[in-house]
Amino acid sequence: MNMEEMINKYFRPGRLPHIWCPGCGNGVVTSSVVKAIAKLDLPKDDVAVISGIGCSSRASGYLDFNTVHSAHGRAIPVATGVKLAEPKLNVIVLTGDGDATAIGGNHFIHAARRNIDLTVVVYNNSIYGMTGGQYSPMTPTGSKATTAPYGMIEPDFDLTELAKAAGATFVARATTFHAQMLSDLIVKGIQHKGFSLIEAVSACPISFGRQNKMGGPAEMMMWQRDHAVPIAAWDKLPEEKKAGKFPIGVLYEVTGRREYTEAYDELIAMAQGGK
Amino acid sequence: MKQEFRLSGTGGQGLILAGIILAEAALLDGKLAIQSQSYGPEARGGASKSEVIISEEAIHFPKVTKPGVLLAMSQDACDKYSHDLDKDSVMITDSLFVSKVPDFGGKVYELPITHSAREELGKVLFANIIALGALVKLTGVVSAESLEKAVLNRVPKGTEDKNRKALEIGMNLIKD
Amino acid sequence: MSKVLLLQGNQAVVEGAIAAGVKFFAGYPITPSTEVAESLAEKLPQVGGKFIQMEDEIASMGAIIGASLTGKKVMTATSGPGFSLKQELIGYACAAEIPLVIVNVQRVGPSTGQPTSPSQGDIMQARWGTHGDHWLIALTPASVPECFELTLRAYALSEKYRVPVILLMDEVIGHMREKIELPEDYSDFPQAERKQPDCAPEDFKAYATDESLVPAMPAFGSGYRWHVTGLVHDETGFPKGTPAATLAAANRQRAKLENNLDDIVQVENYRMEDADFAVVAFGGGARTAYETVDMARKEGLKVGLVRPVTIWPFAEKQMQELACRVKGILVHELNCGQYVHEVERAVNGKVPVSLYAKYDNEPATPAQLLEEVKKAMAAL
Repeated sequence: MNMEEMINKYFRPGRLPHIWCPGCGNGVVTSSVVKAIAKLDLPKDDVAVISGIGCSSRASGYLDFNTVHSAHGRAIPVATGVKLAEPKLNVIVLTGDGDATAIGGNHFIHAARRNIDLTVVVYNNSIYGMTGGQYSPMTPTGSKATTAPYGMIEPDFDLTELAKAAGATFVARATTFHAQMLSDLIVKGIQHKGFSLIEAVSACPISFGRQNKMGGPAEMMMWQRDHAVPIAAWDKLPEEKKAGKFPIGVLYEVTGRREYTEAYDELIAMAQGGK
Repeated sequence: MKQEFRLSGTGGQGLILAGIILAEAALLDGKLAIQSQSYGPEARGGASKSEVIISEEAIHFPKVTKPGVLLAMSQDACDKYSHDLDKDSVMITDSLFVSKVPDFGGKVYELPITHSAREELGKVLFANIIALGALVKLTGVVSAESLEKAVLNRVPKGTEDKNRKALEIGMNLIKD
Repeated sequence: MSKVLLLQGNQAVVEGAIAAGVKFFAGYPITPSTEVAESLAEKLPQVGGKFIQMEDEIASMGAIIGASLTGKKVMTATSGPGFSLKQELIGYACAAEIPLVIVNVQRVGPSTGQPTSPSQGDIMQARWGTHGDHWLIALTPASVPECFELTLRAYALSEKYRVPVILLMDEVIGHMREKIELPEDYSDFPQAERKQPDCAPEDFKAYATDESLVPAMPAFGSGYRWHVTGLVHDETGFPKGTPAATLAAANRQRAKLENNLDDIVQVENYRMEDADFAVVAFGGGARTAYETVDMARKEGLKVGLVRPVTIWPFAEKQMQELACRVKGILVHELNCGQYVHEVERAVNGKVPVSLYAKYDNEPATPAQLLEEVKKAMAAL
């Protein structure tokens, strides 16, 4: 399917152009999500896309599925309600680094712990873009932000490690430079029965790149290329060479751990059998 | 006529359940009843109470304002919940736990409730049912049949005989 | 066939929820509403429904919003501190017009306050707790049977008008046990239905309405794909921030309730036929007031009780009419005075309105309220 066919099939007529700035990585992440859905040929009626608040969370409005643009940080609880109430739906959460890890951080942890079958795509652009460049829990330490004019002094989250520790059963990361890999990982995440996290490292040239003198969109993509290391190579990399770099690919995957909505169906059978 | 009861003691003595059983017995008799109770930390440990109002007519205000009977199964409860008794009130105490009875002008029945549970049934946990037997014998507020039915509706399977016996023991504590 | 039971108010809410066809509950433990969650955790799976204890109060609201979008009848239950946290998404549910029911068993506040003591301190929070202009419904039961009835009614109203309905209980009603007669099974109960679109999916506009001003709401997965947002939106459901769109959204959301006050607002009158003085009380406070009225009548005082069953929208018309019938009004509430200001506004000086505020952890006794009634009557 070429881009035009994809847009005609999966994007809502009349909703484009999007609100994102020139050079923003959100379009790449969103099209990777759509390509994954196309590849799996999921019926549009069977897909629910739930987002929070922020630049990336605007994506839900452009997509022709059952969509919710929820409140800041609350995409995962809303998605949990949709999925538990109607398990036949493929529920995909589109959220940003601030949305998912600050205001929605606790929801993220507990959805992972439940291993509920959500596919959570975190658009990580290292900054609050919608409000103009404040630091998030995923802003790298030392980076500048409008609320960190002297540099961010807090350690930043590695969301993939957090997800793994909390109980997620599929954890992956790619960048907008590695768009094909990103889409392939989202395919795997949707196919995976259980809580899936795909962290999409994305560029915000306006609110993050400019403050941190990272150059334009192209330079920021080059930065992704130069700092992302495929997981197979990463595992062989000596510790001292890992500094400043990050692994991409499927970072963690377990099968056989009970998924929440399936566990609940068993509970119903038990409650009804026990009557 | 409206009859008001306050069942009090220590958390764990089963007085909340006793209150519910008394109210349910009243419903079985075709009367109306409201039960309310103390909640929170005081219901676990400390003094706790369960209040029951029984009437043939609609009961609006759900709290006891003029207790006809106070059952006190601990000294703490006796001290804490006897403030509004008057000469028309009756107090039933568990003589094992309550030694100091306030002088409120009314009648007091000091009964070996927990003692009988231990001596005759081997378990103190029947004390609440013994107390109910005594209270009902004394007041006639519900019929003995409804009381027994209400008790058996609420107690674990296999304990029916012991609970019937507990009611009988309680009733026998009140001399005709 | 029916059964006679001794139930707590909180348990009667659970029975009402099952009878109404609730299939999804999300909540978080909090005194004094926890019995609702505990009981639904047991009962919902038995009827094929789902219960989930979320990580916090906000998440519980989020989960019921999500479940409501799939066409289910949904509930959450909480008390003061949790009700505060839920306000964020109560606003969302108002803006996006999501049917759902929130049970708030009020306790003494602010903050942790007194978790096990009765209060009616959330009257204004129920109306104005979330930010921005918004419209919703709040109902207040005054007995255990009414907990059951108003839970059913909450779903009838919530589904019909696509608004959040708050079942505004208090600890007196939530925790007391009282006689209730319930049918053996609930299969004959009429189930409130959500309006469905009568057009093809490709022609569907999510917030287009007929004269009822209530948009149809197809379930996620039904073939009608639509967008839900808390941003101001037009009839398509997509964000639109123009002054005209903002005005239209606010006006329609208000009018869909205000055009139907006769259907929504219920007020009970007790011994009001010949009363020349009225006590206005609700929920647990009304239990005191019924008895006070009976006591006053025995003394020859022509006192009656006006009990708002619907707290919000405010019973404006009923209070204005009341002011024409009596010489004075005493509002009794278990707070420092909230509802009384609405009564004063409606009465607008026509007759004296006084307040008996009780906010010391205990409901007023009938004798205490009678004394206040006599004082108010003497001052006329």
